[in-house]
Amino acid sequence: MIEVQHVSKRFGATQVLTDISAVFETGKVNMIIGKSGSGKSVLAKCIVGLHVPDEGRVLYDGRSFHELAKEEKRQVRQEIGMLFQSSALFDSLTVMENVMFPLKMFATMSESEMRDRAALCLKRVNIVDKERLFPSELSGGMQKRVGIARAIAMNPKYLFVDEPNSGLDPETSIVIDELIKELTQEYGTTTIVITHDMNSVMESGENIVFINEGRIWWQGTKDDLFDSDNKELNQFFFASGLMRTVRQSMKGR
Amino acid sequence: MNLFFHIGRYFLLLGEAFSAPERLSLYWKRTVEEIDLLGVRSLGIVALLSVFMGAVITIQTKSNIDSPLIQAWVVGFAARQSTILEFSPTIISLILAGKVGSNIAAEIGSMRVKEQIDALDIMGVNSAGYLILPKVVASVLINPFLIIISMFLSIFGGWVAGIGTGIVSSTDYIQGIQMQFNPYHITYALIKTVVFAVVITTISAYQGYYTSGGTREVGISSTKAVVYSNVVILILNYMLTQLLLI
Repeated sequence: MIEVQHVSKRFGATQVLTDISAVFETGKVNMIIGKSGSGKSVLAKCIVGLHVPDEGRVLYDGRSFHELAKEEKRQVRQEIGMLFQSSALFDSLTVMENVMFPLKMFATMSESEMRDRAALCLKRVNIVDKERLFPSELSGGMQKRVGIARAIAMNPKYLFVDEPNSGLDPETSIVIDELIKELTQEYGTTTIVITHDMNSVMESGENIVFINEGRIWWQGTKDDLFDSDNKELNQFFFASGLMRTVRQSMKGR
Repeated sequence: MNLFFHIGRYFLLLGEAFSAPERLSLYWKRTVEEIDLLGVRSLGIVALLSVFMGAVITIQTKSNIDSPLIQAWVVGFAARQSTILEFSPTIISLILAGKVGSNIAAEIGSMRVKEQIDALDIMGVNSAGYLILPKVVASVLINPFLIIISMFLSIFGGWVAGIGTGIVSSTDYIQGIQMQFNPYHITYALIKTVVFAVVITTISAYQGYYTSGGTREVGISSTKAVVYSNVVILILNYMLTQLLLI
């Protein structure tokens, strides 16, 4: 479980996050949603430790991340898997080498065991016969899947996914969303997805935190969404009309 | 204020970069790759420059000391001294700052804007150490060899130009390059080379590591890497010369 307690962050004169508190449960797909510029990515960076909050704490199963010693922080980070918006695969390494990278850095296993583990992770995300290719030779969807394979290579306790569907076609987006949901159940991870894609929310979201202007405006489960009368949240979702359709169909049952 | 901020952050980054590696074998593998990338692949340009600069030094020296009072071997002597004391360690380092420095800043800067450095950090990898330390070690190991090769080729280029144009005989030139040889000058040149290697790699890595934005900013970081490395090399060249030769 990851707990965020009263986190605030300011860049110069701009207050980006104000008093954010949320609980992200284990074994569930937790979603941080909001418009571009709402502060969701900054919150995610505060949670994973890329930014230090000005105030507040982030607890990883009770361990206050930013108060940990350097070595302890490093150990927590080895329990984190992250899929970046851009996939962030290393250009100079092949698909197989990318997935093996965290294993080579931290795992105590032989080269062949590492290779087997990486192959297993790649197979899990349906990447077959692409091990020797470089990231630039893959499609966007494949890069995302390799990124997921790298993120799960170390059996993470915490899985972060930043804008999983950006730049992907709807069909591939569904595949990625389903994969994230399945992996969360399989590995029992505390998964946090940062997105502004409501299709993702509908597909795989369980607990949802809606951020607007650097504050939490709404939080609850996916089912609560349908009954929410939060104006900003509804506006955000109704933008494409899908939510309205879903809501109507739910009410009509 | 801005300058002090950058100097402080530069030394903090170096502190991170020089901390204990997670996997020594992996760092060593990267160091060997960097030796090839930063050193071996620079051999061509270093060789070309050295031969032609040696030739030019010889011809210019002869054209400026064309007096019956000055002995013919002075041309070889001047070519050797210019090459060992200044041309090879300093000018070649300036050239390497352009070639290697821009490469380092662009590579690390691209990794920054593509979130690859964030990926390393989140995995728990010391990104500064993983990216910068092998480059520094590689340059410190390979640059002295490049500079020694440069010295030989420059003096050789001077000999070829000297006898090719007929301005100095082979005997006089060889006598000149052997005259009053002080081995300490080689030590001085190699000390400068190692210091400049650290300057080039660390300043360029710093510029790349703190790139923010997109491809335009990566370009700006590359330019800054070359400019700042050159300025620091020139300042340190003066300081080291005063410290080591006077």
